[in-house]
Amino acid sequence: MQPLFQQGTGPLVRTLFFVLLSATLMVADHRFNQLEQVRGFLSGAIAPLRYAVDLPSRFLGWSSDQVRSHEELVERVNALERENLRLRARQLKFETLRSENERLHMLLEASADRDDRVLVAELLSVSLDPFRQQVVVNQGERDGVYAGQPLIDAYGVMGQVIRTGPFTATALLISDPNHALPVQINRNGLRTIAEGTGEPDRLELRYIPNNADVRVGDLIVSSGLGGRFPANYPVATVVEVERRPGAPFARVIAAPRAQLDRSREVLLVWPDGTGKDGVEGDGYVPPPDAGREGARDGDGVPAQDTDAPDAPARSGR
Amino acid sequence: MNPRWWLIPLTLAVALMLAMMPLPDAAAPFRPDWVTLVALYWAMALPRRFGLTFAWIAGILLDVSQGALLGQNALGAVIVVAFALHYHQRLRVQPIAQQALIVTVLLLIKQALVLWTSGLAGRAPEAPWLYFAAPPTALIFWPLLFVVLRDLRRRYQAT
Repeated sequence: MQPLFQQGTGPLVRTLFFVLLSATLMVADHRFNQLEQVRGFLSGAIAPLRYAVDLPSRFLGWSSDQVRSHEELVERVNALERENLRLRARQLKFETLRSENERLHMLLEASADRDDRVLVAELLSVSLDPFRQQVVVNQGERDGVYAGQPLIDAYGVMGQVIRTGPFTATALLISDPNHALPVQINRNGLRTIAEGTGEPDRLELRYIPNNADVRVGDLIVSSGLGGRFPANYPVATVVEVERRPGAPFARVIAAPRAQLDRSREVLLVWPDGTGKDGVEGDGYVPPPDAGREGARDGDGVPAQDTDAPDAPARSGR
Repeated sequence: MNPRWWLIPLTLAVALMLAMMPLPDAAAPFRPDWVTLVALYWAMALPRRFGLTFAWIAGILLDVSQGALLGQNALGAVIVVAFALHYHQRLRVQPIAQQALIVTVLLLIKQALVLWTSGLAGRAPEAPWLYFAAPPTALIFWPLLFVVLRDLRRRYQAT
């Protein structure tokens, strides 16, 4: 039975209250970034839903593994063994090159590059805002993931973590229109900035003069400026160069090397050896001080302001 | 306390999962806004039980799951649900087709609010018109959702 007379606050007041509450939250979130704790907590609350949504595709992958025939598996193992052999052979050469490189670095009295520590993570197939290029990985704060952490796959740089929850983390892909990444052309060291365009197969290289030496097919690697991404990871390949005599800069389009819309296994990188060498498996628990900010100011990296002009996510959040 | 209190949270959780379900890129902009649809149904059917607080929490969870600014979807959901709560008696007696039309208009308003707040925050999308591709799908999905939720409500006698 509905009461004849309204009790308590009226509906208009309540609506206004919630509208104001939402507006306050938005301003706090956008302007002051005060809500990371709240967001982390809520993201932990919906993590079970995310894992549940991911289950069908996980099950499909698992069952297609189950029904694969024996020959097919043998063939695949053989192919992988061959590839492993090839990679090991290359690694042999790489080892000698590395020790030589270290010696040369010592001669120059520069700090040698050390291996970055990486953690294997899997993407959860959950959908986010269709108008932004984001992914969710199945590792969170509990595994030492921090906001700003680079994300790569087997072919190149994928993006960076922008938000962490206890069990999951959200990463912004390099193809998002709000993402920019300091890079250089591998062939001649020309520095530029790779901006996302919103399409997963196109990046735009900004501020390249019309007379600059850039060609189709050039490899673009991360330059390490900005202090967020480690240097010398492949990012993209130049696919289109349009020199515009009327405009101050050329229009250069590059295709990301990382399989932004296909990879499922990805690697989270702790730049420049904040941990031990080599690849760690799942479940590595970092020292407690390797938290959100601390993980970056490792020994090798020159202290950089994280909000440097070329720090990637320009949108903030 | 009503013993069937879990029906509303459960349907909202399912709606949230549907909102997170991966879709092909081409279809993603046309995904119906399940959470708001379910919220509108409950506001219309059980206005005494489903209030603005529920709608706001659902909106916040949608924000978190989509990686939007906290409060964007919550603001839109609260405003359209407030409308549905106020006019629930008139909305209930409309034929389903007419309800679907009204719901579509409400969803368009909500999308406009979300787009507006994104624009204020300086992250307007590349193709804003695609934002308005999702609400018209409610014309098809509202009748389905209405029938399913009404049967659930009757079966579990949630009042």
